[in-house]
Amino acid sequence: MTIPPRPDPDQVSAARAWRRMYAMAKPRLSRANAVVTVLALGLGFAIAAQLHTTRAQPLETLREDELVRVLDDVTQNNERLGTELRELERTRDALEGGASNSAAAIAAARERAETLGILAGTLPASGPGVRITISDPAGEIPASLILDAVQELRDAGAEAIQIGAVRVVAGTWFTDASDGISVSGTTVHAPYDIEAIGDPTTIATAMDIPGGVVASVRGKGGETTIASLDTVRITATVTPAAPRFATAQPSGK
Amino acid sequence: MIPALGLAIGILIGVLVQPDVPIWLLPYLPIAVVAALDAVFGGVRAVLDGIFDDKVFVVSFLSNVLVAAFIVFLGDQLGVGSQLSTGIVVVLGVRIFSNVASIRRHLFKA
Repeated sequence: MTIPPRPDPDQVSAARAWRRMYAMAKPRLSRANAVVTVLALGLGFAIAAQLHTTRAQPLETLREDELVRVLDDVTQNNERLGTELRELERTRDALEGGASNSAAAIAAARERAETLGILAGTLPASGPGVRITISDPAGEIPASLILDAVQELRDAGAEAIQIGAVRVVAGTWFTDASDGISVSGTTVHAPYDIEAIGDPTTIATAMDIPGGVVASVRGKGGETTIASLDTVRITATVTPAAPRFATAQPSGK
Repeated sequence: MIPALGLAIGILIGVLVQPDVPIWLLPYLPIAVVAALDAVFGGVRAVLDGIFDDKVFVVSFLSNVLVAAFIVFLGDQLGVGSQLSTGIVVVLGVRIFSNVASIRRHLFKA
């Protein structure tokens, strides 16, 4: 004797629920159904209208106090961003000023270094100038005459001077040597080649003045040739020795 | 079935027409929509409980909408409109959730 399995009450009620749904879903023509349909239509329309409004003008659905709050938020944000903007602008101005200042400072320093390098003889230089050749067939030209010539060149505004392969700077010295002259320890033989950058006309005039270099050389049996050149290249440089005793004194102290 | 079709057609019309909601209705429409949704879910639940009644549904739908709008209106007049509408949305949301849970239990036993 077997007991037939009793249907699960849950299953029964679920099936009943679905049946009710289907029954209700069946199209029926009744006044109530029509009214419900109209209500549903209105609900759908309202939902769509609300969605449209919310999406189109999100602020329009807000109340007065909410709008005030939004306005407050926006104002606060605005002030905060304004402060930030001013700070950033100040930083930008500072950076721009600093950049142009340092760029200008670097340019000025570079220019100054070039000028000083040419003056001190640490940099090669080129420019218009003269090449002076002093021949000394008798071997009688003393170092003092070359020194005079250098002094004359400086008076005439020569900016860079080279004798033979030696750059003439502030500390250059001249002495007589057995077979020529010694320029800062380097022996230079005749004929002496002096190259100078400066105004060629002024230099040539300065060399030629009565009692000047040309005349003195002629007195010693030598000959001076002065060639004006568009470009004179001074290639010799000196390595400056660090001063042992002198220290720089800042100006204004 | 026909009411569901009505809902779909209503949404379609709304999307096509793109109506501008009048200003005076703006604070009440969203609350009214939520109240109507509550009524709809309540109606579906009543169907599954086997106690659905057309008249009750229509009355509850309309009264839900009107009462919700009225409460919001009252709140606006008292100066607590936004808080009150938040409260209404919370209450209706809880009801919708419990109705949906009941429907789910009826249909899926879960």
